[in-house]
Amino acid sequence: MALRIGCVAPPGKALDNKTGAWRVFKPVFDPETCSKCGMCAMVCPEGCVRETEEGTFEPDLDYCKGCGICEEVCPKKSIRMEKEEK
Amino acid sequence: MTAAELIAFAAFEGGVYSQAFPAFGVERRGAPVQAFVRFSDEKIRLRSQVYEPDYIIVQDPTLIGDVDVFMGMTAGGIAIVNTEKPDFDARVPEGVKVYAVDATTIALEELGLPITNTTLMGAFAAATGEIKLEALEHALRSRFSGSMADKNVKAAERAYNLVGGAA
Amino acid sequence: MLEFMEGSHAVAEIVKRCRPQVIAAYPITPQTHIVEDLAQMVANCEIDAEYITVESEFSALSACLGASAAGSRVYSATTSQGLALMFEVCFNAAGMRQPIVMSITNRSLGAPLSIWNDQQDSISLRDSGWLQVYAQDNQEAADLHMIAYKVCEDHNILLPAFVCFDGFILSHTYEPVSLPTQEEVDAYLPAFTPYQRLDAANPLSFGMYATPEYYTEFRYEIDQALYRAKDAFIKAGREFGEQFGRDYSALVEGYRLEDADTALVAMGSICGTAKDAIDEMREHGRKVGLLNIRMFRPFPTPEIVDALKGVSTVAVLDKNISLGSGGAVGTEVKAALQGSGASVYDYVIALGGRDVRKRDIAAVVDLAEKGKGDMFYGLRTEVL
Repeated sequence: MALRIGCVAPPGKALDNKTGAWRVFKPVFDPETCSKCGMCAMVCPEGCVRETEEGTFEPDLDYCKGCGICEEVCPKKSIRMEKEEK
Repeated sequence: MTAAELIAFAAFEGGVYSQAFPAFGVERRGAPVQAFVRFSDEKIRLRSQVYEPDYIIVQDPTLIGDVDVFMGMTAGGIAIVNTEKPDFDARVPEGVKVYAVDATTIALEELGLPITNTTLMGAFAAATGEIKLEALEHALRSRFSGSMADKNVKAAERAYNLVGGAA
Repeated sequence: MLEFMEGSHAVAEIVKRCRPQVIAAYPITPQTHIVEDLAQMVANCEIDAEYITVESEFSALSACLGASAAGSRVYSATTSQGLALMFEVCFNAAGMRQPIVMSITNRSLGAPLSIWNDQQDSISLRDSGWLQVYAQDNQEAADLHMIAYKVCEDHNILLPAFVCFDGFILSHTYEPVSLPTQEEVDAYLPAFTPYQRLDAANPLSFGMYATPEYYTEFRYEIDQALYRAKDAFIKAGREFGEQFGRDYSALVEGYRLEDADTALVAMGSICGTAKDAIDEMREHGRKVGLLNIRMFRPFPTPEIVDALKGVSTVAVLDKNISLGSGGAVGTEVKAALQGSGASVYDYVIALGGRDVRKRDIAAVVDLAEKGKGDMFYGLRTEVL
């Protein structure tokens, strides 16, 4: 690989790296009890929680690393971290 | 420093190569400052301070008691001292001619401020003949404008004539 | 046509004519007159530049680095403590190959605090990958900025540069200089064309990290670029001479070295005083000459060896001290002259603004010829 002047590199590598494979626990979102407050999306360090058409929220399991912060903050206890079957 | 700069500028306009630079003490208002000027027909390469001046100008007479302002001068040198008291006590080297000029009073009368540099420049021009009054006036008018220029020129001229009479 | 002005002002006028697009600087004695002048020029719309008033020198160089990466010609100025505060960014700027030109009004480093001149500041960053050139008078200080932009922005070089001139001794000295017109500068220095830049449409990250497999090769490439800068400077300096009548194609300048037995080696304004001292010594029959090192980085080893051929005694005047080692220039000159047979001595002199007189230069020559060297010249033992 030839070096590039100024130690530059084009972006795009991050998307190729599906960090979902890193997790041990996976978040399970219950739309029935969701109050649509959006706290989970706001606190997710990876930007892996997206809003559905109904206004509830779901995780992006390709990249979610299973940190569990969404479960911590959900005021309705609507998110549960479960050990994932690999 | 302004006096040094303007004298050097006036000399440059008169066709010589000149150099002017300060030696600052501490960075505050009221701290003693020295400034040095050199004139030459050739390019000046020397950068050291001036230790054997041909001429000195003392703007603040209170320094005379604390500092040997005449140090390094030899016979033929000229000193211009801003003072009300012509008989000040100082070790003046043999052969150095001293012109005592009350520049503070002239400056107060002409500029309304005790800023004596331009006044002393006039005295310098007359005493040494190194710069012509016209060159001095030109230098002052390029640095100051309007009534400020007129006042500074007047102050310089007064000192010039005062010394010119005594010289 | 010669005009009479303060060194700082001459530099500001030249920088203006170089058409910088972004200026970010923090005031520090004795650079203040330069940046104040430039700020006034920007306010008066005499320069079409973005002047970023920052809260520290670290921010100043960071802003310049970002602006340069975004494709702008940038300028900053600093000295001493300010340059020290920029330390990390200096290495980043060279590593990211950004052609930033920065004036250094050389000033000593604290502690103890000192506002007066020596060359410790820029010399302490000799490892950084920045080009370093030293001016011996205000004309050179002004001219070298134009040449620096031209060399740095060359796509074969792409490195930042320190244009160094002694604080107070040059920056605050009024002397005649010749300023070119805007048209003349435009003819010499074309508009900046970045090699690559930050662009949302074609995204690039600058300054990526490198694993052990690649780091060495990146550093090697910067080193090579620095050596290529020698030829680029010689070419740009020659072109400058053809256009303006003042030739800068020499990386080192010899003065009365042709038949010299003893040579002084120095950088910056001390060369002026040294030349006068040499003329006096010559009148008394002493065969002394001077080698002025104009370009310190990259270090012009072959040029120094060539210039000092035939000289038996070399006295290096160092306005700096690499504490615990010796004067930096002396150390490098000794390495360069290894095997030449010359006796090379190092004299740490003029630190913290201590004035150097012609008699001091002569005294150094005496010491060197007597074989007494590697010392702090003029040490005031009575205050130790």
